[in-house]
This record gives sequence, C-alpha cells and structure tokens, in this order.
Amino acid sequence: MDSYNVPESTPSASSRPEDYSVGATPLQKRLESIRKQTSFIPTPPRRKVPQCSQLQEDVDPQKVAFLLHKQWTLYSLTPLYKFSYSNLKEYSRLLNAFIVAEKQKGLAVEVGEDFDIKVIFSTLLGMKGTQRDPEAFLVQILSKSQLPSENREGKVLWTGWFCCVFGDSLLETVSEDFTCLPLFLANGAESNTAIIGTWFQKTFDCYFSPLTINAFNLSWMAAMWTACKVDHYVATTEFLWSVPCSPQSLDISYAIHPEDAKALWDSIHKTPGEVTQEEVDLFMDCLYSHFHRHFKIHLSATRLVRVSTSVASAHTDGKIKILCHKYLIGVLAYLTELAVFQIE
Amino acid sequence: MSPQKRVKNVKAQNRISQGSNSFQTTLSAWKVKQGPSNSKNISKHGQNNPVGDYEHADDQAEDALQMAVEYFEKGPVKTSQNKDKTLEKHLKTVENVAWKNGLASEEIDVLLNIALSGKFGNAVNTRILKCMIPATVISQDSVVKAVSWLCVDKCSGSTKVLFYRWLVAMFDFIDRKEQINLLYGFFFASLQDDALCPYVCHLLYLLTKKENVKPFRVRKLLDLQAKMGMQPHLQALLSLYKFFAPALISVSLPVRKKIYFKNSENLWKMALLAVKQRNRGPSPEPLKLMLGPANVRPLKRKWNSLSIIPVLNSSSYTKECGKKEMSLSDCLNRSGSFPLEQLKSFPQLLQNIHCLELPSQMGSVLNNSLLLHYINCVRDEPVLLRFYYWLSQTLQEECIWYKVNNYEHGKEFTNFLDTIIRAECFLQEGFYSCEAFLYKSLPLWDGLCCRSQFLQLVSWIPFSSFSEVKPLLFDHLAQLFFTSTIYFKCSVLQSLKELLQNWLLWLSMDIDMKPVTNSPLETTLGGSMNSVSKLIHYVGWLSTTAMRLESNSTFLLHFILDFYEKVCDIYINYNLPLVVLFPPGIFYSALLSLDTSILNQLCFIMHRYRKNLTAAKKNELVQKTKSEFNFSSKTYQEFNHYLTSMVGCLWTSKPFGKGIYIDPEILERTGVTEYKNSLNVIHHPSFLSYAVSFLLQESPEERTVNVSSIQGKKWSWYLDYLFSQGLQGLKLFIRSSVHHSSIPRAEGINYNNQY
Repeated sequence: MDSYNVPESTPSASSRPEDYSVGATPLQKRLESIRKQTSFIPTPPRRKVPQCSQLQEDVDPQKVAFLLHKQWTLYSLTPLYKFSYSNLKEYSRLLNAFIVAEKQKGLAVEVGEDFDIKVIFSTLLGMKGTQRDPEAFLVQILSKSQLPSENREGKVLWTGWFCCVFGDSLLETVSEDFTCLPLFLANGAESNTAIIGTWFQKTFDCYFSPLTINAFNLSWMAAMWTACKVDHYVATTEFLWSVPCSPQSLDISYAIHPEDAKALWDSIHKTPGEVTQEEVDLFMDCLYSHFHRHFKIHLSATRLVRVSTSVASAHTDGKIKILCHKYLIGVLAYLTELAVFQIE
Repeated sequence: MSPQKRVKNVKAQNRISQGSNSFQTTLSAWKVKQGPSNSKNISKHGQNNPVGDYEHADDQAEDALQMAVEYFEKGPVKTSQNKDKTLEKHLKTVENVAWKNGLASEEIDVLLNIALSGKFGNAVNTRILKCMIPATVISQDSVVKAVSWLCVDKCSGSTKVLFYRWLVAMFDFIDRKEQINLLYGFFFASLQDDALCPYVCHLLYLLTKKENVKPFRVRKLLDLQAKMGMQPHLQALLSLYKFFAPALISVSLPVRKKIYFKNSENLWKMALLAVKQRNRGPSPEPLKLMLGPANVRPLKRKWNSLSIIPVLNSSSYTKECGKKEMSLSDCLNRSGSFPLEQLKSFPQLLQNIHCLELPSQMGSVLNNSLLLHYINCVRDEPVLLRFYYWLSQTLQEECIWYKVNNYEHGKEFTNFLDTIIRAECFLQEGFYSCEAFLYKSLPLWDGLCCRSQFLQLVSWIPFSSFSEVKPLLFDHLAQLFFTSTIYFKCSVLQSLKELLQNWLLWLSMDIDMKPVTNSPLETTLGGSMNSVSKLIHYVGWLSTTAMRLESNSTFLLHFILDFYEKVCDIYINYNLPLVVLFPPGIFYSALLSLDTSILNQLCFIMHRYRKNLTAAKKNELVQKTKSEFNFSSKTYQEFNHYLTSMVGCLWTSKPFGKGIYIDPEILERTGVTEYKNSLNVIHHPSFLSYAVSFLLQESPEERTVNVSSIQGKKWSWYLDYLFSQGLQGLKLFIRSSVHHSSIPRAEGINYNNQY
C-alpha cells in the first residue's frame, strides 16, 4: 500500500499551518473534546486515590446511611434543562400524578389527590466534589399506609438519586439553563425506574442511558479501592471472571484477604496519593500470575465481570454497592467520570 | 396520512360546519355536494391528487360505501328476493371502510339514525353501531338526533346499552359538547333503568360540569345508592359531585377506590387508537418533506416509549413550574406564546418565530419540517445543545453494533438513520451529533450494517479541518475500503464526492456571508482551502490504490472520474480559489482505458480544468496585485503535461515523446512497428469500433476496411460522426484544446503570464 503523502504543490497560498481557533460555541467545544477523547487514550493514565471530601461533612448522616449497603443500578444522564431546586415540591406533586396516571393507563383516575403513593424530592446537601458541582438530590416513592389513623409514611418502594462529583469537564461546556447531574443511581423495580425516567426525560429534556462498566474500568476500581485505607475490613476482596463457553458460561471467583490485597498493592504502588495505569496493569498481572501458578488458567483471557472490596463492589452490568462511608465521594467521583465519558 | 385522505377530511370538516349552521345534515343535501355535477368539488379534488390510480381505487371504495349508505337509508326492500345477501354485502362494505379508514361524520349521522330508528332488526342495528368509527370527528348534532330516537322507544334495550357504550368510547371525538350537555337532565333520568345505569353513569361522569350538580340530583343519586348498594359507577359520579360541591354531599366515600369504569371491555379499543393517530397526523405541510416515522415500532420497549423520536409536545409545564401560584385559567389562556400544536404552515412560523413555544423534548423536531427550519436558523445555544444531547445519546443507545444480540432492532435503527439523513438533506447541513457518533462508531463498524445510511452520514460531516478528522474517520474508513468489495469502494467514493460537494457549498455560502455571521470555525479562507485540497488528495490516493487492487476496473474508474468532475469545476462553480488535478495513476488509466465513455469523461474533465485554469489566470491578470490565492506554476505545468500527453496520443499521433515519455529503445523492443498512431482517435482501442462503423456507413459494400484511410476531409467527417454518437466530452475537448490548422498542436496554458 502506498504511503499517503499530500503533495506540497497545490494552493501555494496556504503555507501557514491551519489556524482553526475552534471554540466559538459550546457545541464546537464539545466536538473538539470528543475528537481529543477519541484520538487519544480514552482515560487519563493516572488518577487520585479516593479521598475523604471536606464537603461530605455536611451530608446528613442518616441520608448517607440510607445510600450505603444498597445495590444501585447506574445510569448516565445528560444535563437537565430548566431544572430548579426551588421547585422540588412542585416536582413531587407532578411526578406523583404522572406515576398514578401511568399505572392506571386507560382507567378513570379519581379526581383529587388521594393517591396511595407519595413522591418526595429532597436535596443531598454536600454530596459533591467541588463547590461548583450542583447539589445532588434524592427522589423517593413511598407507599402510603393503608390505615387512615396511621398517618405516617409507609415503606420505601423506590429510590433514585442524581449527583455530580468533580464534573468540571461537563460543567464547562453547558450554559446556566442546564443542571449537570450526569450520574443517576436507582434502587427499586425497573418498571418504576422507567416511569420516573420517562417523566424526567419529558420534563427536563434529558436522556438516561444505562451505564455499564467494562473490564478495563473494573480493574481501575479494583486497584483504587484496594489502595484506600480502611479502618476495619468488612468484606474480602473478591473478583469474578466469566469464561464464555457453552452450554453455560463458567464463572471463576477469586477471593483474597483484603490485607493481602493491600500488601500486594503497597508493594507495587510508588507515588503516594496517585494511581497510574502501569500500576493498575501490574496489580492485575500479579493476580493473574498467582492464579496461573496454582490453577494453570490464564485469567487474562477471560472477562472480569465483578469486583468487590470493603470500599464498594461493582458489576459490569452497571450495578454498584457502596460499603464505606469514608470513600463515598471518591467512588462517586469515578462513576461520575464514567458517566460524563458516556454522554460526551 | 396521504394527501388524498387529508383532502377528504378537510372536506368533511367543511361539511360539518355547514351542517351545524343549518341543522340539515341529511343525506340528500350531502349527496348533491358529492355528486359528479359539482365541478368545483371535482376540480379541487383533481388538483390535489396527482396520483390517478390511487384516487381511482379510493373512489371505488367510496362509491360502494355511498351505495351502502343509500341502501340503508331507503330501508329494507321487502319484495327483493336476495334481500339478505344485499344487506350482508352492504353491511360488510360499511364495516370494512369503518375499520380501515373510519367514516365521515355525515355517514355516521345517517347510519346512526338508521341504527336507532329500528328500521332493521336488532342484529343489524348492533352491527351498524359497532362500526360507527369516525374518520376524524363525530358531529354533535348526530349525537343529539340519535338521543332523540331513544325517547321514542323504537330500539331494544340492548341497542340502547350499546349506544351509551359507544357514546362513552367516542366521547373525545365529538366535535362540540354544549348541545349534549343540555340533555343532561334526560341522561340523568335514564339512570333509573338498571341496565343502562352503569353506562349512563360513565357518560355523566364525562359530561358533568359544576353547574350540573344540583341538590335534587344528589338526593336522587343517594337514593339510587341506597337501593342498589355501593356500586362503583355510582360512587364515581358521587365523588365527582362531591368534588364540585363538597357541601352538598356529607356521606363519606371510600378513598382507595380507583377503578370505577372498566374500560378494558371497550369494543373500540383498536379503532380509537387508529382515530387518535389519524387526528394527530402530520401537519398539512408540503408533503415532499414527510419526515414522520415510517411506522410505529412494534416492540414495546423497556422505557415504554413508542418510537425512538419523542412525540411533539409543547413545553408548557417546565415553564409553568417556574412560576408559582399559576392558576388553571392562566395556564389555558397563556397569551404571548404560540403553541406548537397550532403551527401548520411556514408563514405561521415566520409570524410567530419570536414567541414560539418550544417542544418539551427537542428530539421531536426531527419529525417536523417546520421546526427543523427553526432549529436551522436559531442561534439559541440551549436549543441546539438539547437537540445535540438527545441525538447523540439516542444514536449511541440505538446503534446496533454496540451491543451483542441487539440485531432485532436493526430495521428500526435503519429507519431512524434514514429519518436523520432526510432531515440533514432537508436542512442541507450535517448535525454535530452525527459526526461525534461516527467518530465513536466507525472503528467498530463492520462495513455491512446500514451501509448506505452510514456512508450518507459520512457525506454530511460538517466542514472541518481535514487533518483533524482524518485519524478519527478516514483512516478507519480506508481500512474498510481496501479490504472490501469493489461495490463498497464505489459507494465510499460516491459518498466522498457528496462530502466534497457539501463542503464546497458550505464554503461558498460562507464566503458570501462572511461579513454578516461569524462562522463556527473561524478559519481563514486559506485554511479552508487547504482542508478541501487535502480531502481531494486523500481521495486521489484512495483511488489510485483502489485502481491497482481492482485491476483497473472500468466500473470503479467511472466513480473516480465522477469525483473529479466535481473537483475540476471548483473554481468556476463554487467560486473558490482551488484547482487540484488528478493523480497520474488515474489520468493514464483513463487515457488508456478500453471504454469509450471513460475516455469521453476524461476529455470533459480536461476541458473543464482548462476552463477553470483559464478563468483563474484571467482573474490574476485583472487583479494584478499578488493575491493570496495565485495557483502555483506547478499546477499549470501539470495540466499542460497531461494535455500534451492527451493531444499527442489522440490527435497528433506522437505519443510517448512529450507527456508520457517512454524510451524509444523500449518501444522498439516491443516489436510493435506502428505504435505512433496506435492511440489516436482512430486506432485507440476504445475508438476503433467507431472508426470501423464509420467506414462501413460510408461504403457498406466494402469487404475490407482500412481505418488508416481516414485522413484529410474524411478525418473531420469522422470527428463529426464521433460527436454525433454522443461523445460530447470529446467534442468540447477538441474544440477547446486543439488548433484546427494543418499541423495540429496542443493548446497549452501559458503559465508565465505571457500569451
């Protein structure tokens, strides 16, 4: 094949280098960043070890406790148009009506506001990385108590929350009409997620897409979370690989004592406070070779599908469970990064 | 909706308005209007229906329906022998039309009358009632008349029940309801009929206004409830009454009850959907711009939206949310903004462009050509961003080769891409989202899936720096290009030709508008020209390599020359200072081609290059000042070199001297003695057959033809013969580039500013 060379001969005028001063409009800026992302390695080769955020102190501990130890399904979300934090009450009312209407499609709806569910919007103050990040907020659907005398809220049917932790790259490219909360986490029946997602899409012209985590990012999570200093380990470090074979795929689980994992990491890790791509690769390679020595199986030829540590556990399907209060913000920061990457 | 259909509906609506003025919607009045004597109607019909066949079929169905309606109106003919057969036939006709397209409001008016008047038997009445499906709307007067039949007690109880059920189901399609509301008392009285009660309750539930709630009615309802027990339908009506007049009703009603009326047993469920769809239908807009989704997606998707593209809704509620304490009437009579639902024509758009209520989901503009106009000219960043985000994410989500096992949505994705491409063609502008999508998806593309759509998206990439786009896009495309079939290569070249054309159009517009708007890419003209020239050189490189891979295929060469037909005319056609010649690999392949049409195309391209270069030279001389865009002498040299080769081969029979130079020793070694004239217009392999048929035409009896005899006068006769055979390119080339003197010589373009 010929090497491709542009002859210098043609328009003699354009001798100067192309001076495309791009960036006139946000759209242009966005396209520019996409070009950069696509042409270079998609993720930066180094990241910070998750740290405890100052802002996190403001978060209502009850609410944080509520978010921990639950399995969340991840979605990425494009910026919300004309969303206003001062209207949360109104949104609760509208969403409530919408859900009732959706569930009773085709049936006469009772006039008035006697619904058997209740929707609550509330902010999660402090759940962010920088002051610039917009406030996270929580949406809950509660079932109303059957008995009129017992006028307290019943059990939680569905929960979802929207957040943005260190979302600077996204924030820079949108105007003030938009609220950037690129990460959405849901817990509850998927039919509910669909109804609520539809309402948000209709009301704020945004778009939800399921956020899956590929093996490459799972390795990063494994390394970063192993690097975290945890006071007392609550879970073993566990990896799950999937071997695609018929008739049923084969799963290989690999559990390590968290202190051993940490010791391995410390032997690899060089720069304090930072994790690099080489370190992540080396960490995984060490695990692979250890496994190979014992079982003669090359794990590198299989697919990493789940990582669990004492900090959090993540599945390639886009499911996450955060266990450690201290590193909540750190975990969310990485998830926000993935979500932003998906919507850019 | 087809144009024919719409015309019909417009007519139907006219009729309704006429009818309601005079209270005379009898069939006879209507029939006269329908009759063939009404020339005005016909001519109108004709104008709007260019497609004759379709209309014909439509007319036939209409005739059959009209006959059926007439038959029912006359009533059963007692003496007729095959009465049942005729009846059955007409019933079938009505049913078919009704379920397929719905009935016009006049037809419903007539048939409803018949069904309730008891002319026919119960079974027939039931069948008629069941197919009272409106094409668009039902006239209020028809309903009022039908109700009046109920008073005279001509129809059976079951027919009455069915009528009420029908009324409830069709309630939303009745054009106005004031008159019906006046009959509130009558309906209320019918509650006493036990069989009717549930349905009448439902009707009243839909009909009740605040002023209808009276103490005596409340009392009556409570009496009924005491008599019949807690019936859900009665409760529904009571709770509605309580809502309107809480002071009148002191009984406590259970709060948890939700289902009052079982709509699931609705007989007309499918028909209702169809009517809704018809009524929603696209705006009466120029129909060539039909951008609507081809069909509704069959699969119920996870996020329960029916189609990928959201439905057009104005964004009333996001806006209202901002303002607290907005009363309902304020909401309804919002002044100042123009609701999208009313936007039907381009002049309307122009008049209201400043106060247009934008859709709640920007993606819905893709189906609306008027709003596409709006998107195109609006400089409002949020609008564009919303659209950008929606389109980017949707493309990413729907793209079938991103996900394994997602191929069942293939057809849908293809349709979606088609819609996008239609919108891009309509706007004559590419979307940034599509470009971003191509960057991400092209490296994963197999080159087969949605090929035509994908390559069209490539041709709509907005103008940008070629060197930036190349590694993201063209390098991936090249890999597929070289490893795929010749047909793929041709389609790629075709779409690159369209890309070039789009860029050129964009740039030529941009030059004209420069003082007014600031272009998104603030580049210098030199930068832009450089980018275009790089694209052309890139395609030149692709083509040269492809020619070698496909062993000089004529088919491929056609596509390549098509591309250069665009390239050679840039200076004149687009008024852009750029002339790029084709690479030698293409030029010589075309010159030595065995195909006459290729050679003819080559001649045409050379002719156009000459025109462009001459025009450029002229402008340089006029302007005198050293402009930024003087072409280098190398371009002229290159052109002259090609020209010399061509004239040397085709005309002067002196090939391989100037132009293509081949060492005479090598030529001798080939053993071909008469090589000198072997490439001229007579002996060139692609012309030889023309020369022979020319001679045979001259003297048909000749056993042997000597093509070398074409000389002198015969030479120019021969040329005329060639021109008459459709070789226009050759004609233009010879006329412009060859001196008609005794010694033919090439007319080169002088590049030293001297003629």
